[in-house]
Amino acid sequence: MFSVSNLSCSRGSKRLFSGVSFALQPGEWLHLEGDNGVGKTSLLRLACGLSAVEEGEIQWQGQPVLNNIDEFRANLAYLGHQLALKEDLTPLENLQFDAAISGQSLSLADAKLALSKLGLKGREHLPVRVLSQGQKRRTALGRLLLSSAKLWILDEPFVALDTAAQKVLTEVLNEHLNRQGMVLLTSHQAVSLAGQGKAYRLTA
Amino acid sequence: MSAFFAIVKRDLTLAMRRKNEVITAVFFFVVVAALFPLGIGPEMNTLRLVAPGILWVGALLASMLSLGRMFAADYADGTLEQMSLSPNSLSVLVAAKILAHWLLSGLPLVLLAPVLGLQFDLSADALWVLTLSLLIGTPVLSLIGSIGAALTLGVRGGDVLLTLLVLPLYVPALVFGAGAVQAETSGLGASAHLSILAAMALVAAVFSPWASAVSLRVALES
Repeated sequence: MFSVSNLSCSRGSKRLFSGVSFALQPGEWLHLEGDNGVGKTSLLRLACGLSAVEEGEIQWQGQPVLNNIDEFRANLAYLGHQLALKEDLTPLENLQFDAAISGQSLSLADAKLALSKLGLKGREHLPVRVLSQGQKRRTALGRLLLSSAKLWILDEPFVALDTAAQKVLTEVLNEHLNRQGMVLLTSHQAVSLAGQGKAYRLTA
Repeated sequence: MSAFFAIVKRDLTLAMRRKNEVITAVFFFVVVAALFPLGIGPEMNTLRLVAPGILWVGALLASMLSLGRMFAADYADGTLEQMSLSPNSLSVLVAAKILAHWLLSGLPLVLLAPVLGLQFDLSADALWVLTLSLLIGTPVLSLIGSIGAALTLGVRGGDVLLTLLVLPLYVPALVFGAGAVQAETSGLGASAHLSILAAMALVAAVFSPWASAVSLRVALES
């Protein structure tokens, strides 16, 4: 279980949000809504531990995350605005290095299968820099496909994807939720996924 | 440990795909070392005297050249975020990046130094000590440099600041590195200087990955 209680965030002297609380049980997803600039990305970065928490608490399996940060990180997959792809490497190499860095073992066949699911068959050996924006995002989604993390924190995962890729992503998310995974995402579009879903509207 | 080698391998692969960055630093070292004998003139005794200092300063500036890029690309494309969220300790991953930096910008200088030393009419013993002092000393440059690179990450005008921050910290390595060759040529023996240099390398190897990792986390917070 992942929960956030009474979280607040400020940028300089400006208070972005305060008193944000929500909880996610296994198999649940939460859609974080809010206007531009209200602090959705800041909240996600706080939730995954990239920024330090000023006020409030984040808990993983009933314990404050700071008590067991390694276990939390092993169960976390984060997809931010930046895709964390190396432009000079191929999609296949990107996925393999990512898996190694996050301490997972990944066979070549699995990586190829994930890429072909995402419609990148035949492009596994091209450098990422020659791919289109949408194909780059598909490559980054391959990381989710191969992830064994329980909690997925996704910042605008549907952006720049065509309808086919959006459908694939929805399937991937549903599969993850059916395996008792948890998803925390932001999106400006309506999202409908399997399992128990909720929406949280972030306001200033 | 597999994550450590994965980072080293990735950085080396990336450097091989974009060779000009590595080659620039190496050529800079070669050109600087070749210009001095031309400027000073063919006075053998003078050349022998200034050789260690020139080669060491050249190595120092050459390793400085690629320092700004140590974390910049990873920071810009979001890889650093993913590294800091990895269950592996960030210090270990940073240590891998430092090793890759040394393999790409330190080791070539070590291998070239004996050849360049010939231009200064250094004796075989002095060349050997020069190479050894660079072999022990260039890791110190990468290690200390990584702290500076991490501290100035994302700062406007960071490259100039990095130079101002790091060059003074390189002074001890320069003094004992170049000093080792001078001690050898003057007949005192270089072992004392090399031992001190090795001690510096060990201390830096212990502290700098940790200090760099802490600074990187600060840089990522904004």
